[in-house]
Amino acid sequence: MFKNFLYSQKVAPYVFVLPFVLVFLIFWVYPLLSSFGMSFQKVTLGQEAQWVGIDNYTKLMSDTIFFKAVRNSGVYMILTLLILIPFPMLFAVLINNKFMWGREFFKSSFFFPALTSVVVAGTIFRLMFGEMEGSLINSLLGLFGVEPVKFLKGQVTGFIALVALASWRWMGVNMLYFLSGLKNIPDDYYEAASIDGASAFQKFTRITMPLLKPTTIYVLTISIYAGLAMFIESMMLWNGNNSPKNIGLTIVGYLYRQGIEKNNLGYAAAVGIVLLLITMVINLTQLAFSGMFKKED
Amino acid sequence: MKKETAVKIILFAFFTVVCLLILIPFYAVTIASFKPGEDLIRYGLNLKFDLSVMNFDNFVYLFTGDHAYFTWFFNSVLLTLVQVTLTLLVSATVAYGFSAYEFRGKNFLFICVLLIMMVPFEILLLPLYTLTNNMGLMNSYSAIILPGIAGAATIFFFRQYLSGIPKEIIAAGRVDGASEYGIYLRLILPIMKPSFAAMAILNGMNSWNNFLWPFMVLSSEHKYTLPIGLKTLLTPYGNNYDLLIVGSFFSILPILALFLAFQKYFIDGMTAGAVKG
Repeated sequence: MFKNFLYSQKVAPYVFVLPFVLVFLIFWVYPLLSSFGMSFQKVTLGQEAQWVGIDNYTKLMSDTIFFKAVRNSGVYMILTLLILIPFPMLFAVLINNKFMWGREFFKSSFFFPALTSVVVAGTIFRLMFGEMEGSLINSLLGLFGVEPVKFLKGQVTGFIALVALASWRWMGVNMLYFLSGLKNIPDDYYEAASIDGASAFQKFTRITMPLLKPTTIYVLTISIYAGLAMFIESMMLWNGNNSPKNIGLTIVGYLYRQGIEKNNLGYAAAVGIVLLLITMVINLTQLAFSGMFKKED
Repeated sequence: MKKETAVKIILFAFFTVVCLLILIPFYAVTIASFKPGEDLIRYGLNLKFDLSVMNFDNFVYLFTGDHAYFTWFFNSVLLTLVQVTLTLLVSATVAYGFSAYEFRGKNFLFICVLLIMMVPFEILLLPLYTLTNNMGLMNSYSAIILPGIAGAATIFFFRQYLSGIPKEIIAAGRVDGASEYGIYLRLILPIMKPSFAAMAILNGMNSWNNFLWPFMVLSSEHKYTLPIGLKTLLTPYGNNYDLLIVGSFFSILPILALFLAFQKYFIDGMTAGAVKG
């Protein structure tokens, strides 16, 4: 009887999707709700939680270190967007050119950095941007007569290292996204444009860019997410969650510091909820502006 | 003809320069792994190819020295294999449910799949940490595997792939008297094989390099995975550069070899989500 029920066409689909439902409820819905609940409490591991209303949030609003973290994450996100969207798009268009030699080799080389773990990549960049005269970046600057720079001790120079690391790791991946987007643009469009006497620049702005829009929106969405949630890169460059004057502190870094290092779970949960809101608001606004919610395409 | 050659040369020169910039860090870490750690501390990571200080000591130490490097290495291999196998099987099953049937709540559940891709996992760190603690799963690989076992991106990819398979196969299976599960196991899974390659690679790469969550869960040294082990070589009290640099170099090699062998699948897996349709 039970077996017949389980094997019926009505029940089978639920059996198939059951693992997802369980994972979703246990590892997403429950933690999300408990995070929300925790953000209104004072929670310390091993002690009774205490209801404190919106205290965590009001405290957060006057927490200068938190705002420093928000600013760092925001600036990092914007800088990575400014580099990791236009350049990969341009590179993809250039490399897709039918005059190109060694296309496969370049594509592979650009992709290599994505294979490294953030721990290894972070270690390499920390050592490349070291403050000694002999470390890679300083020895290159030395060729132009520039004095050794203490990269990881300054706000601007520290961010140069951070953004260089992100650009290095993701340039090739984003380029691949754009290349696969380019594959979907029929050659006829360009031929027709050539007959009408369009220049290469006109073809790029009138055909390539508009037709790459779905890819661009995808890359933009994941880059916003990745930019705002960045943490380990900073942890690796500064060898821990503490950078001088918090120049490398990010929102997740602050969540980790409050929650894990200081055992201040309620306050950390509030940081997480604010991060969730920021990510959602920015991404939904971006998607609305780019017309993703319109039905036609 | 002449103009085409000029364009070719300019493009080639341009990409060669960019490519060199991208490969420099790999070159630097490769030669550094042949230099003594104190050289790295004194002069930093650089491009000097100096045979007088370069030797195989780090490699000898990596393979024969007293450290846990290869324990971490094999933990990573094991965890990656188990995690990828389970995630692929579970995600494919879920994707089949979404693609083959019409059922109440289907759209809502699929929106939940998409939602997972938009919520930063990082905000769940603390509640997941306490949950794992309460479930008694701390310091276990289950705590690393379970939360990702129905991977949203993987489900999404498999569903896309399945949408290209004719529904008549399922109908024919029913006519022949196969059960709903028999159809999936005997007819659909074999057809899905090619799509498994791309997802195996993508999931494998993520699992091999995964850091933050395993770092929070694992506490005993003999259970560490490679990235966590390498991270622990960096301490505020001094860094074990000899092992760190050669260990970092060596950790890139297996995945690089895989990449060179299965390039197409890496790229298919990577770009799966970017193109709709």
